[in-house]
Amino acid sequence: MEMEMKEKGKSKQKKKSVRVDFTPMVDMNMLLITFFMLCTSLSKPQTMEISMPTKDKVTAEEQTKVQDTRAITFILDGKNRVFYYLGEPNYSDYKSLIESDYTANGLRAMLLKRNKKVVADMDELKKKKLNLKITDEQFTEESLKIKDDKSAPVVIIKATDKANYKNLIDALDEMQICSIGKYAIVDITPADEFLLANYEAKGTLNGNSVPAN
Amino acid sequence: MPKVKAKRKSTVIDMTAMSDVTVLLLTFFMLTSTFVQKEPVAVTTPASVSEIKIPDVNVLQILVDQQGKIFLNLDKQEDKVAVLEAVGKEYGITFTNEELKKFKVMTSFGVPIQQMKSFLALEPDKRDQILPTKGIPCDSLNNQFKSWVRNARKQNSELRIAIKADQSTPYPNIKNIMSSLQEIRENRYNLITSLKNQSEDM
Repeated sequence: MEMEMKEKGKSKQKKKSVRVDFTPMVDMNMLLITFFMLCTSLSKPQTMEISMPTKDKVTAEEQTKVQDTRAITFILDGKNRVFYYLGEPNYSDYKSLIESDYTANGLRAMLLKRNKKVVADMDELKKKKLNLKITDEQFTEESLKIKDDKSAPVVIIKATDKANYKNLIDALDEMQICSIGKYAIVDITPADEFLLANYEAKGTLNGNSVPAN
Repeated sequence: MPKVKAKRKSTVIDMTAMSDVTVLLLTFFMLTSTFVQKEPVAVTTPASVSEIKIPDVNVLQILVDQQGKIFLNLDKQEDKVAVLEAVGKEYGITFTNEELKKFKVMTSFGVPIQQMKSFLALEPDKRDQILPTKGIPCDSLNNQFKSWVRNARKQNSELRIAIKADQSTPYPNIKNIMSSLQEIRENRYNLITSLKNQSEDM
């Protein structure tokens, strides 16, 4: 610019421009942004947790309740298959074991139907919380009370050795969605394995010795 | 004589506004992000609708890969050193100060305690290379996993245990970890999952 001026022969003292070229600044910022985008994870929206209840304590308590009509037993098998039976297993009728799946129409529909009262109550409570009518503490307290309902189903989750971790999380997830207050993860018994085998064989194993629980 | 020279348009663009935007973005990224922890194995966590956030501090993370190999990570460096010393003592191994210092800056660890000394003697990038092939033994005969967790608990009573397992990890491996935790009376623990949009499959 100054050169130009000299050529033109203008002698007026030019006021120095206060403009700063921001291009290098932008370059540097872009570089930093790229670095941050690649090397960091956003404040972990993906890492969530499920708190698990005491296993051994619950097991003893739940086992006595298996005869109860409230009990639903899930059997998680390999290849993302899942079975359930209600209450006491019927070893002579292979159809007492029902195959289901992890989609919304499978286990969830069944659980929501059986847990109607609690689900309705919880929905109402959640609405109240959304409208800021109750505090978080009240919400937790109330939801505990609702989930303690005496007619709500109790779910027992049994996984075969072929199941994987995702199946377990999916099953636990259904508990969360369907507001099941009481559930337990229990080791699979030979009797349950017999049920599965009988289902696969379409009941042809009937009358064979049922392994003791 | 009037000047008729057509004024040449300047190609200089004012970068101030652009700079403003980038600085804003930069600030956003710096404030909302946390640095990715280096993990020896890549793990895809299963999705769940649970919305409880994992705490930032006092976490003992149990990383389980597809084959069921176990790696641990403690977030407090001082605890890490103390735990290593305690576990080493249980197995009759003492570590030098230099080895402890090396262990302190490692993010995840997971080698059998007997191999820890030779492992720490390796170069850092060599360590990263062989770490995924190791894992802490956790079976009925040789359950070092239990002593790690027990000593970590002893060191920090507010410790939260978080299991981060791959979605295709077979259930028996998970069961093994869970029952090991139960044997040392660690009944409350968290399972790390990723967020699933509940509406997408409803």
